[in-house]
Amino acid sequence: MMFTKYIFFFLSILALYSALMVLMSRKPIHSVLYLTLTFFAIAGHYVLLNAQFLAVVHVIVYAGAIMVLFLFTVMLLNLNKEEVSPKPVWIKIVVIIAGGTLMIVMIGIFRGYDVALKEDPFLTQIGLVKNLGRVLYKDYLLPFELSSILFLTAMVGAVLLGKKEQI
Amino acid sequence: MGIFILYKTILSSGILMLSLLVAMYSTLIERKIAGFFQDRLGPDRAGPWGLLQPMADGIKLFFKEEFMPNTADKFLYILGPSLTMLIALLTSAAIPWGGNLVIGGKEYPLQVADINIGILYIFAIVSIGVYGIMIGGWASNNKYALLGAIRASSQMISYELAMSLAIISVVMMTGSLSLKDIVAQQHGLNWNVWYQPVAFLIFLVCAFAECNRSPFDLPECETELVGGYHTEYSSMKLGFYLFAEYINMFISAAVMATLFFGGYNFPFMDKLALSPNAMAVIGFFVLFTKITFFGFVFMWVRWTLPRFRYDQLMRLGWKVMIPLAILNVVITGIVILIN
Repeated sequence: MMFTKYIFFFLSILALYSALMVLMSRKPIHSVLYLTLTFFAIAGHYVLLNAQFLAVVHVIVYAGAIMVLFLFTVMLLNLNKEEVSPKPVWIKIVVIIAGGTLMIVMIGIFRGYDVALKEDPFLTQIGLVKNLGRVLYKDYLLPFELSSILFLTAMVGAVLLGKKEQI
Repeated sequence: MGIFILYKTILSSGILMLSLLVAMYSTLIERKIAGFFQDRLGPDRAGPWGLLQPMADGIKLFFKEEFMPNTADKFLYILGPSLTMLIALLTSAAIPWGGNLVIGGKEYPLQVADINIGILYIFAIVSIGVYGIMIGGWASNNKYALLGAIRASSQMISYELAMSLAIISVVMMTGSLSLKDIVAQQHGLNWNVWYQPVAFLIFLVCAFAECNRSPFDLPECETELVGGYHTEYSSMKLGFYLFAEYINMFISAAVMATLFFGGYNFPFMDKLALSPNAMAVIGFFVLFTKITFFGFVFMWVRWTLPRFRYDQLMRLGWKVMIPLAILNVVITGIVILIN
């Protein structure tokens, strides 16, 4: 399908562009909005892979909840100042070294990875909600429950931190 | 393939026109109903019974002076209302408006997209609906607008949770996320509202909150915040915000009718023994009647109840709605397990 191919390229360019703009925007609000756009582009990729459930949940959770909270916080903090104070030189050097290390690790990973397509690249039905549920609740029940407990712990922790201290 | 695309184009533009028309006349109906509740006539100067009032309002909005604050973020200021309108119009794609039409031995469903996760799709669109308000409120560079935007975002996040939890119990009963299946299961008078009255009530309250309608219209609370998030907007940009609210109302009434009141199903539909085409048309009108009823409920509530205070709103959302919805899910689960 040529059409899907074009959509793939469009979404990829959109994702990369908006991800770059997250870093390069001057205003923090613009960064947050570009990040939201990145999430939408990635959700589009999920749809192309026939994983509609994942795409929609991705939009609900990331774009609909987490990014709204981000936007909320950034708006309240009023980080509207255009000029960013110049960083000292040593911070720039540290940032370059850290970023370069990450890049080397990434290159190492992708060099070791066999990019050649397998015979059956992906099962077209695997992303549908029925199959996903079956896999999650049958084959990966223990990891699923453990991660739920992890989330619950984080939630209780957040509530505890958010509570006003009672003396 | 060509006919398929043509059919879908006609259908989706028809639904688009329908939602715009309904939104247009909702403004008139709302003012008429407000007049009725306050013992006056409502608009009746433009055309017979004031029927041309929406046109007059539209023309007025188009010809008003475009105004943009000096300090506004220009791009985002325009993006805000456009996004609100776009998102409001996206939802109707997944709603089944009627049964199947049969033309030349082929079935044409009266639904633009039968997505197998239809209900989640609607929630995704609803959950991003707040962006238009937030962006508009922030870009105006006005304290009242910003306060309105912040109120809108926290209100929407709070009520979204209870809303989705209320839907989960319906989904648990139906065993499907597709709106088509959910409607098909409510054949005749087998409506979900008889089994899930609590879920329906929670959904109704949350729908008021999600549409920013009174008694939850704090984002545009005019007694405290001038005009809320659209304080700085004028002309058709303001018109888009107001118009999107009516479209949202129409769509949430449609979703309510679909999820809890049987969609296009009506009692004794099997006894009529009509052709599928006639059934589809009747079904559409039945659904439309239900939508009109819920639209009336929206207006009824708006002109009867006073506005909540902000802390009351938050308390209601987090301490009443969400625990109630979770309890409802648990009870539904137990009942399903027993049966």
